[in-house]
Amino acid sequence: MAMQLGALVRAASTVLLATAVSAAALAQEPLKVGFVYIGPTGDAGYTYAHDKGRKYMEEQLGDQVTSTYVENVAEGADSERVIRQLAKSGNELIFTTSFGYMNPTLKVAKQFPKVAFEHATGYKRSANVGTYMGRIYESRYLTGVIAGKMTKSNVVGYVGSFPIPEVVRGINAFTQGLRSVNPDATVKVVWVSSWYDPAKELEAAESLILQGADVISQHTDSAGPIQAAEAKGVYAFGYNSDMSLYGKNAHLSAAVFNWGPLYEAKARAVIDGSWKAEDVWLGLAAGYVDIAPMNDAVPADVQQLVMDLKQQIVDGKLHPFAGPLTNQAGEIVVAEGEVLADKEMLSMGYYVQGVEGELPK
Amino acid sequence: MDIDFIINVLYAMIRTGTPLLIVALGELVCERSGVLNLGQEGMMLVGAVCGFIVAATTGSLFLGVLAAMLAGCLMALLFGLVALGLSATQVATGLALTILGAGLSAFIGESFVGQTVLGFKALPIPLLSEIPLLGPLLFNHDVLVYLSFGLFAGVIWFLRSTRAGLMLKAIGETPESATAVGLPVMRVRYLAVLFGGAMAGLAGGYLSLAYTPLWAEGMTAGRGWIALALVVFASWRAERVMFGAYLFGLASILHLIVQGMGVSISSNLLAMLPYVVTILVLVLLSSDKARVRLYAPMSLGKPFHRTQ
Repeated sequence: MAMQLGALVRAASTVLLATAVSAAALAQEPLKVGFVYIGPTGDAGYTYAHDKGRKYMEEQLGDQVTSTYVENVAEGADSERVIRQLAKSGNELIFTTSFGYMNPTLKVAKQFPKVAFEHATGYKRSANVGTYMGRIYESRYLTGVIAGKMTKSNVVGYVGSFPIPEVVRGINAFTQGLRSVNPDATVKVVWVSSWYDPAKELEAAESLILQGADVISQHTDSAGPIQAAEAKGVYAFGYNSDMSLYGKNAHLSAAVFNWGPLYEAKARAVIDGSWKAEDVWLGLAAGYVDIAPMNDAVPADVQQLVMDLKQQIVDGKLHPFAGPLTNQAGEIVVAEGEVLADKEMLSMGYYVQGVEGELPK
Repeated sequence: MDIDFIINVLYAMIRTGTPLLIVALGELVCERSGVLNLGQEGMMLVGAVCGFIVAATTGSLFLGVLAAMLAGCLMALLFGLVALGLSATQVATGLALTILGAGLSAFIGESFVGQTVLGFKALPIPLLSEIPLLGPLLFNHDVLVYLSFGLFAGVIWFLRSTRAGLMLKAIGETPESATAVGLPVMRVRYLAVLFGGAMAGLAGGYLSLAYTPLWAEGMTAGRGWIALALVVFASWRAERVMFGAYLFGLASILHLIVQGMGVSISSNLLAMLPYVVTILVLVLLSSDKARVRLYAPMSLGKPFHRTQ
């Protein structure tokens, strides 16, 4: 509530300011940008990362933008109401940040053709709805390299949410990184059928540690796996944002989103009139994804190696899914000298070599 | 598969089953007095968030646990005032309590999401923890797990061997006769409801202070409902409640371990396993209808009017 009131006051004062200034000069009205969040801004995970991006945009563009956000918006009918409200109250650019907002966003967008909409992680677009996502698998490749250097048991655990292409792609990229420095290491995957259940995620990590895993990675949103690793004295990687707070010994690094530059670019495009609905899927090179600072437990030469590899990905010299890429059955999926096409990455439905067990159908 | 591995699995089973055991023991006592409180989930959430907030601000886990139990009690008191004081339908009141608890806990915990406290650490009991096999399994837990062992023994002793326990059971069977012989029906029922609330709060505190020391909205993830089902399927007997809680814990861990071993069964199917196994086993145990009727408190869920 206080947050919304604060935004209101801020909006009111900018309006006052704008009227005062416009009398004297040709002041540009600030662009109003709205955000819809699935969780609370303090979740230390997914929504936190988006809100950090919003703040970055405000810092970079100064008085050219004002922004408001609505947090804890359930997917479905509730989100449609919130999105419509944001469009009605004069926001000219609206970011809807969860997969389930896809259809409500398109529906509202039809009624507000002059408003620009940007939907995260979705695949449906229209004249005024664009989509965006970060190539987080590039970060996961790098965390895989760290895992390969740090594991002693050569068994690495991975807590997955649901077996959808995005998560499978992450597991595969992680495994590619892992095996690029440690061909003997393998990845064990456990699915928890949830995005956010701290206790269940912790149990999943514990069950992996019981089976010999000494490094844990995760594609779920809570810090449960980090806490399990910290308690058992093994290593872990966070996701979404730096989770080192939850396990200062266990947390080696994290695959993190960095939405700030994207939000800044989109807002600039709307201001100068160059915005158009398109699909943006960029990674380390654009700075949309990154890895969190590495733990001191990671030896200096490994840290250097990881930074070098990161630079190679940025320069386009290294691709996590460069051929020869073999699937679990040992068949070559990508020939030497080629890389996996985006379209195939988006529908990835198989494990690469090095992942144990069968991918649930 | 060596013996250490099995001990480790059983150890995880106890930790997973503990919150269920605590909340189910509270509900068991409450139901034996004839009151059905479906608000467990809500009381757990409020307990979890209050415990976390107090522990995070004061730095004292002990105060956190106290706050969790007190918060559960306050929620239960609210239930008592409406369901006992005003004789409202217990089922509807309990459901309302769950909805209230979910919303209230999200509201008061908003600024504490994303924080962490140093949770309860395992506290090996000297000598006992050195017994081979049993030591690491039973005597290397955190304080709250030991407390749950004590509560289990306490509830059994209370129901079997104390005058107050007998009184409580009599009131749960036929409150009319109990009041005729001068037993304070309302006072006992209030106390039973408050005990249930304190236990639910404690179970919530176990989650937010010991198991995963953090606060997240809706973090109990349905454990209050599972506990409610446990009490019924365990035919209101404390030993079976403990058995059921640990069985659920074991199945929860096993389905994750089976996945890690690479068995190709759908993960969604495996995720159902704890529920199916627990209910199936307890139903089989309680399949003797005549005996179940003997154990079900006869006046369960029925409002009591003194003037009758």
